Amino acid sequence: MKRISLVLFSIIVAASAVGAAPTPIPLPRDSVYHLAAQFTDAQSHRFAWSSKRGQPQLVSMFYTSCKFVCPMIVESGKVIEQSLSADERARLGVTLISLDPKRDTPQVLARMQRERDIDPARWTLVRPDPLDVGAIAGLLGIRYRALADGEFNHTTVLVLLDADGRVVARTEQVGGRPDPSFLAAVRRTLSP
Amino acid sequence: MRALAVGCLLFPLIATAGLTNSYVRIPGGDFTTALKYEDALGAVRIAPFEIMRRPVTNAEFLAFVNAHPQWRRDRIASVFAGSDYLAHWPAPGQLAPGEQGAQPVTRVSWFAASAYCKAQGARLPRWLEWEYVAAADDTRRDARSDAAWRERILGWYARPASRPLPRAGAQAPNAYGVQDMHGVVWEWTEDYSALLVASDNRTQDDPERSRFCGAGALSTLDRENYAVLMRVAMLSSLAGSDTTMVLGFRCARQGR
Repeated sequence: MKRISLVLFSIIVAASAVGAAPTPIPLPRDSVYHLAAQFTDAQSHRFAWSSKRGQPQLVSMFYTSCKFVCPMIVESGKVIEQSLSADERARLGVTLISLDPKRDTPQVLARMQRERDIDPARWTLVRPDPLDVGAIAGLLGIRYRALADGEFNHTTVLVLLDADGRVVARTEQVGGRPDPSFLAAVRRTLSP
Repeated sequence: MRALAVGCLLFPLIATAGLTNSYVRIPGGDFTTALKYEDALGAVRIAPFEIMRRPVTNAEFLAFVNAHPQWRRDRIASVFAGSDYLAHWPAPGQLAPGEQGAQPVTRVSWFAASAYCKAQGARLPRWLEWEYVAAADDTRRDARSDAAWRERILGWYARPASRPLPRAGAQAPNAYGVQDMHGVVWEWTEDYSALLVASDNRTQDDPERSRFCGAGALSTLDRENYAVLMRVAMLSSLAGSDTTMVLGFRCARQGR
């Protein structure tokens, strides 16, 4: 009997030790990382969108064959980065998600990264699974439509996610000058 | 014994056959949409597809929520649905007694509706598919030039939304055999956010005028088709997490 209780006791101790292992803090309910989307980056690495958790992210959607506004999305991201201190810059990630996963293969993303002089240490260009494009755009409040000629019509938006994937700020002002209130939100979110 | 077992297996199938929401095959065809996009003027080709006979009901959506509890209203991530999601149910896993189970489900977000269809191996219908099927009356596949029919449809939009919803699938089927395209609820489409009702402009001087990248915004509309235009105006104003008292859905899938 004693032996049985001892066995039971050790099982309980073992079980509670397992229970005491650090459990991940659940995502807040307003986190976009609830969407189980998988991305492929320019180096063909596959990863979950939610693995960006832990670092605030500047996010937008684009497609590489876009001639007009999309290059401006990249420029706007760079302008935001240049307005930050080196410390702040190191704490911010940039995720650009393709609206056109059929054509934006890792090779195409890698070429854009080179041609547009994008720093792969802080920026990630990704292609999502085609079936997830609509949901990602929906979470980011980006509207888009595939056109008959293969181009896309879409809203140009920069979205700021905090470390837990909550939308903190968004701006539709893209171009040479940063949107002051958006930049202020970036600084607030990055402040330690 | 074997006969008995087979009989037992068959019985539930027969008993539920009348209640399941079957898919109707829709042949493809050329279609002139009421939406005039700069990049796609004239008729567009609609590929064959299948669409649910009637909108999804509360009872069907409850079964989905029970099987996928992350879509219960007390568990859903708030990025996927606002606070009114399924608010007309007395409890997160319970329907009101009486008619509610047979009424079309409403107060569902685009994310929840998409997840329901995905669980069925289906998707939401695209706008053009929805409009194509909705152009039919009970005898003609395209009744849109008939002013009397258009008036009849518009009559529904004039009724107050506070009236209780009718049962799904109670109206006469249209020429395709599909029910309730008009007169019951508004419906989500997969590409609700593609209905870009704004003029395109690539200039960067005015932020208001540079919302869209690329050409092809919705420039003009067929003003004769007012009922369709109201649907477009409504859908284009929504975010994917929005829910409303009169907005439901049905699923579609590729033709087999």
